[in-house]
Amino acid sequence: MATTALTPAATTYRSSLYEWVTTTDHKKIGILYLVNSFVFFFIGGILALGVRSQLAVPENKLIPPELYNQLFTLHASLMLFLFIIPILAGFANYVVPLQIGAPDMAFPRINALSFWMLPLAGIIMLAGFLTPNGAAAEGWTSYSPLAQRAYSGTGTDLWVVAVTLIGTSSILGSINFLVTIFKMRAPGMTMFRLPILVWTALVTSVLVLMATPVLTSALIMLFIDRNYGGHFFDPATGGNAVLWQNIFWFYSHPAVYIMILIAMGIVSEVLPVFSRKPLFGYKAFVFATAGIGALGFSVWAHHMFTTGTVYLPFFSFMTFLIAVPTGVKMFNWIATLFRGQLRFSTPLLFALGFLTMFLIGGINGAFSAAVPVDFALHDTYWVVAHLHYVLFGGSVFGVMAGVYYWFPKMTGRMLNETLGKIHFVLMFIGFNVTFFPMHILGLEGMPRRIAMYASSSGWGGLNLLATVGSIVIAASMLPFLWNVLVSLRSGEVAGDDPWEGNTLEWATSSPPPPYNFDHLPEIRSERPVFDARHGRTSSHGTRA
Amino acid sequence: MSASTALTTHAPAIAEGHRAGISNPILGMILFICSEVMFFAGLFAAYFNVRATAPVWPPSAAEVGEHLAERFDLHAEPWLAAILTIVLVSSSFTCQLGVWAIRRDDRRGLIRAIGVTMVMGIAFLIGQVYDYSQLGFGLSDGTFGTTFFTLTGFHGAHVFGGVIMLGVVLFRAMGGQFSARHHDAVEAASIYWHFVDVVWICLFSLLYIIPTK
Repeated sequence: MATTALTPAATTYRSSLYEWVTTTDHKKIGILYLVNSFVFFFIGGILALGVRSQLAVPENKLIPPELYNQLFTLHASLMLFLFIIPILAGFANYVVPLQIGAPDMAFPRINALSFWMLPLAGIIMLAGFLTPNGAAAEGWTSYSPLAQRAYSGTGTDLWVVAVTLIGTSSILGSINFLVTIFKMRAPGMTMFRLPILVWTALVTSVLVLMATPVLTSALIMLFIDRNYGGHFFDPATGGNAVLWQNIFWFYSHPAVYIMILIAMGIVSEVLPVFSRKPLFGYKAFVFATAGIGALGFSVWAHHMFTTGTVYLPFFSFMTFLIAVPTGVKMFNWIATLFRGQLRFSTPLLFALGFLTMFLIGGINGAFSAAVPVDFALHDTYWVVAHLHYVLFGGSVFGVMAGVYYWFPKMTGRMLNETLGKIHFVLMFIGFNVTFFPMHILGLEGMPRRIAMYASSSGWGGLNLLATVGSIVIAASMLPFLWNVLVSLRSGEVAGDDPWEGNTLEWATSSPPPPYNFDHLPEIRSERPVFDARHGRTSSHGTRA
Repeated sequence: MSASTALTTHAPAIAEGHRAGISNPILGMILFICSEVMFFAGLFAAYFNVRATAPVWPPSAAEVGEHLAERFDLHAEPWLAAILTIVLVSSSFTCQLGVWAIRRDDRRGLIRAIGVTMVMGIAFLIGQVYDYSQLGFGLSDGTFGTTFFTLTGFHGAHVFGGVIMLGVVLFRAMGGQFSARHHDAVEAASIYWHFVDVVWICLFSLLYIIPTK
């Protein structure tokens, strides 16, 4: 009888579409997150190409200013809220339960709910283009009075609803991650044996939990102002426009760490594996991550230096201070690479791209932490250069490293290395050609968010160069897409552990079974699979 | 071999989240309440900002007219709100009585306590709607009206959510789903109910008691 009981029951046939739509498996939901995020990445990229083509030459009449404002607003909103934040959550969704040896997330159905809010929110946000006044056009920061009823139409209401939905999705996701990490770890997986990616997901979740509801409150107040005659933010009726900025940036500065920490975690998984060394200074890295999380709440007003209503010395000092834990991480990574046996596979290339580009983004950010410099650079293209060096040069390169690193685990097949390297080289060159000139444009005084500039300004050459670069970035996506599509069908079979990884996801099959593990290796360090491979612990893995 | 045996015994325990300490649903609820605290923190911050930067609070007759200024003076007539406060604070106690009852495996006690709590929650909501109808000012009447209705309105919405939660708990309790060993939903709903209560105490103190300038 016992044998009969153990035989798995025959599953009823379900179409794969039904399976994907109704799944509560964290791995499938993780993949849904990734695919959904890339869809919005490509839409956001097309909007960016619209922005760049308008700015390619001075006094261009290609795109009318009203539409131009919608393009840059939706470009930023899609990239931040529907690409970077969800795709990092998607990686965490896929990898965190595997890395801590758990069978799934703590609340699988809430996990599915978190995901399905995202495509809905994306459709609502993009539906703004169908309304008479077009989509939201006041920039992703949505400052009042521009965001008030008098200056913006239904598109902004749709934007508010969409961002509120995305925030709710993030909050539910963060609760799920925290409970999973605190409560679902396998025996032996102590907090200081957690892989770094799990630590970054933990700190990110705390940031989401504490910061995102504040954005929700701001959005709701804006919605009340716009639709029910409220007086929160409109100075004309007794409100306070700077109040919006304070509440918004109280969310949105921690949010920039929400947008980078997991990418740092990905890079910290990739570097040790491809340099055949443990991560240098594990605990320092953990404390630096926690430090960034804590300090992240005390720097928001550096976005508001020029309002004249914030205490400049405090916020300037705190902004310089938060560069310290980030610098600690930089040394962790460099020391991990130092004297390693580097294997220049595509994941390592993208991780190195992250290191170098994020370093530039960090340094040019520290410039604007100095109040007098910020007064000169505020709202110029310098800021655009800075934020793209951290968000694209940092986060997106980290995302790509993660895609090439975990694609074999997710699909059981390797991505093609040659196409991967072409993708990296094109993206690296295109990125720098696009965004490096913006430093100079900013220093020359070109304001951000303008639809047109005069020929006499002398900004034409560098803008044309940036536009050429953006086309190179777009072109770099072709080998990537081709690579994914071809490798899914006919890529080299990966096996369980193609990279000789350290962490538990490499101890199960590729792709893993729905319940993740038949057997777990013993966990005696933050590198259980490394330990098992080298006979430091007994292995009960599937590779026996 | 020993590790393997250990794992097979542990695996179901992990799957059901039955490690030592706080259970998954209750930890989830506490974290959710953390996010709710931050949500209300945003609304309260807006209120403090508006109140601190206003020359006079509540706005004077010179600013909004005789009629509204009189209506804005909530400190003069806090009685209905005070009764509602007593109702809501007492409901926290009855809710906790329900939790203690089910910890003793007293299912009838749980049903009785949660039923009473729900009735008190609904009474609070009805009282609040009545209060709104008597106030004589609206959401769009200056920053005072906007902040008042946003804060109390979102609190009321949370009371409504809490009543629904209690309703689910009551329904499940009447179906005999809870016992001394298994009653996470009761604990979670009661923590939420206490949170809603605390928010109201802050609101009542701010809007009706703490002296204005």
